[in-house]
Amino acid sequence: MSSGVAGVAVWRGSFGAAQAERLLWRAGFGPRPGEAHRLARLGLEGAVHKLTHPGREHLVGHRPHDEKGRPLAPFDAWGHDHVWWLDRMVRTSRPLVERMTLIWHDWFATSNSGVGSQRLMLNQNQLLRHQGLGSFHELLLDVTEDPAMLLWLNGSDNSKDSPNENYAREMMELFTLGAGHGYTEGDVRQQARALTGFRNSWSQNSGPVNFRYDSESHDPGVKRIFHRHGRFTWKDSCRLCVTHPDHPSFFVQKLWSYFVPDTPDHATQRALERLYKASKYEVRPVVAAILRHPALYTGPRLVKSPVVYNAGLLRRIRRGIDTTAWTWLDSMAGQQLFYPPNVAGWDDTRWLDTATWRGRWWIAQYVLDRQALDPAHAKQPYDAEKLLDDAFRFWHNPPLGHDTRHALHTFASRALGDAKGAAWKREQYPAMVQNALRQLIAVSPELQAA
Amino acid sequence: MTRPCNHCEGLSRSRLLHRALAEAGHGLPAIEPGMPHPAGTGLTRRHFLAKSLGAAVAVYGGSLLGLRAFEEGIAAAASGPASPILVSIFLEGGADGLSVLSPQGDPLYKKLRPKLALAGGAQLAEDDRLYWHPALGGLQKLYSEKKVTVLPAVGYTHADQSHFTSRHYWEVGATAASLRTGWLGRYLDRVGKKDNPLQGLSLDDTLAPALATAKVPVASISGPDQYDFYSRRVWGEVEQRMLETIGLMGRQPADAGLRTAGSVAAQVDRLRRQLIPFQSSNGISSPVPYPQSDDPFPQRLAGLAAMLAAGLPLHCVALTAPGEYDTHADEPTALTEGLQLTSDSLLAFQRDLEARGLANRVLVHVWSEFGRRAAENGDSGTDHGAAGVGFLLGTRVAGKMVGEFPGLQSGLDKDGNVSATSDFRGVYSALLEQWFGVDAAAVIPNAASFSRPKLVA
Repeated sequence: MSSGVAGVAVWRGSFGAAQAERLLWRAGFGPRPGEAHRLARLGLEGAVHKLTHPGREHLVGHRPHDEKGRPLAPFDAWGHDHVWWLDRMVRTSRPLVERMTLIWHDWFATSNSGVGSQRLMLNQNQLLRHQGLGSFHELLLDVTEDPAMLLWLNGSDNSKDSPNENYAREMMELFTLGAGHGYTEGDVRQQARALTGFRNSWSQNSGPVNFRYDSESHDPGVKRIFHRHGRFTWKDSCRLCVTHPDHPSFFVQKLWSYFVPDTPDHATQRALERLYKASKYEVRPVVAAILRHPALYTGPRLVKSPVVYNAGLLRRIRRGIDTTAWTWLDSMAGQQLFYPPNVAGWDDTRWLDTATWRGRWWIAQYVLDRQALDPAHAKQPYDAEKLLDDAFRFWHNPPLGHDTRHALHTFASRALGDAKGAAWKREQYPAMVQNALRQLIAVSPELQAA
Repeated sequence: MTRPCNHCEGLSRSRLLHRALAEAGHGLPAIEPGMPHPAGTGLTRRHFLAKSLGAAVAVYGGSLLGLRAFEEGIAAAASGPASPILVSIFLEGGADGLSVLSPQGDPLYKKLRPKLALAGGAQLAEDDRLYWHPALGGLQKLYSEKKVTVLPAVGYTHADQSHFTSRHYWEVGATAASLRTGWLGRYLDRVGKKDNPLQGLSLDDTLAPALATAKVPVASISGPDQYDFYSRRVWGEVEQRMLETIGLMGRQPADAGLRTAGSVAAQVDRLRRQLIPFQSSNGISSPVPYPQSDDPFPQRLAGLAAMLAAGLPLHCVALTAPGEYDTHADEPTALTEGLQLTSDSLLAFQRDLEARGLANRVLVHVWSEFGRRAAENGDSGTDHGAAGVGFLLGTRVAGKMVGEFPGLQSGLDKDGNVSATSDFRGVYSALLEQWFGVDAAAVIPNAASFSRPKLVA
């Protein structure tokens, strides 16, 4: 371990396929076959640079469609928004950009249950994607005047005559400073005044339309925010939050938590804050530093979110989006995109319980469903070792621990043992065992956390 | 602001919201500006296994207590005196009161319903204008035994026609958007135990908002037979061995992330094994036959009767009835199917309780968030209305109609919807006082302003 950019520690251990695979899980949606080896050849610096400077996006693989082969209608059809984005996660050449988009979706959590328009949600999604590695200040400005957010947190209900504090509070509590850090209830009220002026109209047929800034609705008076006086506007609100002395520590802590499960040590925390400030609130250098940090490679595994898990399984077997079932399956596992549970986003520390684990089982089952071997016809070896090797190969040899391998081997040997007495079982059980091994590997702890 | 109601986008969103509420156990946003949060928003939830029940129970609230405390609390409450049981059955979507009890004796009926008007069927003894829907033979039979109280036009003045808002009002027992606890939840907060989650039980995947409490725990049990783990083209003994492997992978790993995934898998395995007795339909034996259906409703009622017979300390129970009641189009088919299964299942449930000697302890309340427009629309359907129909079932009901049918001539409001002749908050107040024996004023806001019908004999 040694100091790298701006005093942030950098991983100096080996950077082989295992490290590259972990990096691809944290900064994306896991490797496609062979991708971890290719990335490892670039070395840590090269790999992080490639992820953080991906160039233009190109989508790899088949275009997405629904179960009947029709193109997706993400603006209109229920659930198509979810699979539309899942497709980007599966096919993108810029995994970190998509991962950052997912992080911002959680950070600025907006739910279509309150917005009521897939089009507005997808417009916001594009905004998050566009600004994902750029300036956090710009991102906050864009989010603040984004129509979906204006609806979600009543930004366009907030006017001079009837102020609404919803956005003002959340922008400090959840987006920039943290609950009770560096602001008072007085600041919430004053920020709400500064944020007045956004309006929209309602159309009988199209719902919310004509989002605009109307200076008539803006409260032009002097506000007192963070001990400063001025005729602040919404842009000042954003600037005051981002330049608030408590913002960098909140930003670093929150961003870090999306990549590394353990909290950063004090020195790392401070060094990342300095880096963030020195870069004038740029996201990219901080993300790059986190991706190079030893804690990412030596610390514990991170439990994948349901969509990361789902996209990862599809990438691993090069399957594209050919069904919209992923929407309800991922929802069963606890994560429907565009529907975070509330403005604080998903609870990333509690993805797994007995109900959501069952959701993941069903995701894996749907991933495997079409390739399930037919026990009556598929010829498979009556040999536990060989079946196990084939199943590992099917998933492109994911790194499984000793316990898991042992459990799988025991299962295969015993299931084949059951078949000893009957000829038809000896014919049919190997294919069933192969199907079962693929399922079990997909839900093994090693594939749930990376 | 209004939105078009194309086969009720609002309803499906409302369903989604309510589902998400229980799934995530997190707070939820309003779905439209000004619309209320479902009651129960923000409660925490945990899964645990009630050994006395052998079913997967999700517990809402009461998070300071451990699993053992719940198990002991359930056992202690089960050995206490038997309390009266209220079963709330929700016809989701706004059931068409004018089809459930069709006013064939009203001269305007056929004019308002040229396509949908029903003809024939059994006349209601208490009002010769009204006829039972042909699918409601079960309820009609119980009615003839004086075990049904009919509320032909129940609701509230200035009915809100949003599914979401109106059902919220019914759930919280007040026309208040901001209330976060259900009316039964507030009752349980007063009389319930801090360690007995079964006192408020949703027989559903999700918690019924009417049961949402602020202090004491309540629970939901979806069918215990639904905790299944299918894998295509794996069956028989291979499938058994596969499932037995779930809890064995990644044991005792040093890594915290793997440990989490491994320990949840082990819990999954334990839960799955403990639910095995419920996987087949003969997990519950009933003294009477229930309707055969893909819908879980009859099985849930059968399970409920079995739980009561086993002495489990239930108090307030909530279920959603089968069927589609948001009948904007093709109403006759949709309505008949749902009403038939609901009514047949309730008849079986009543007979089951009678056979088990439990009938005097149970009262069933059937309700919907609103009725439907008196005039049919152009799609062989009806749009959202105001007052609707409700029922109370049981051997202890007073059996006398509550409120009259107001008639289609003078009984419609300016929007052409049936006006309420009884108020749901008065019904709740009467249930609290006459069935549970508590002061309604402590549960229902402004209870004093609603007159109480006599509901319990």
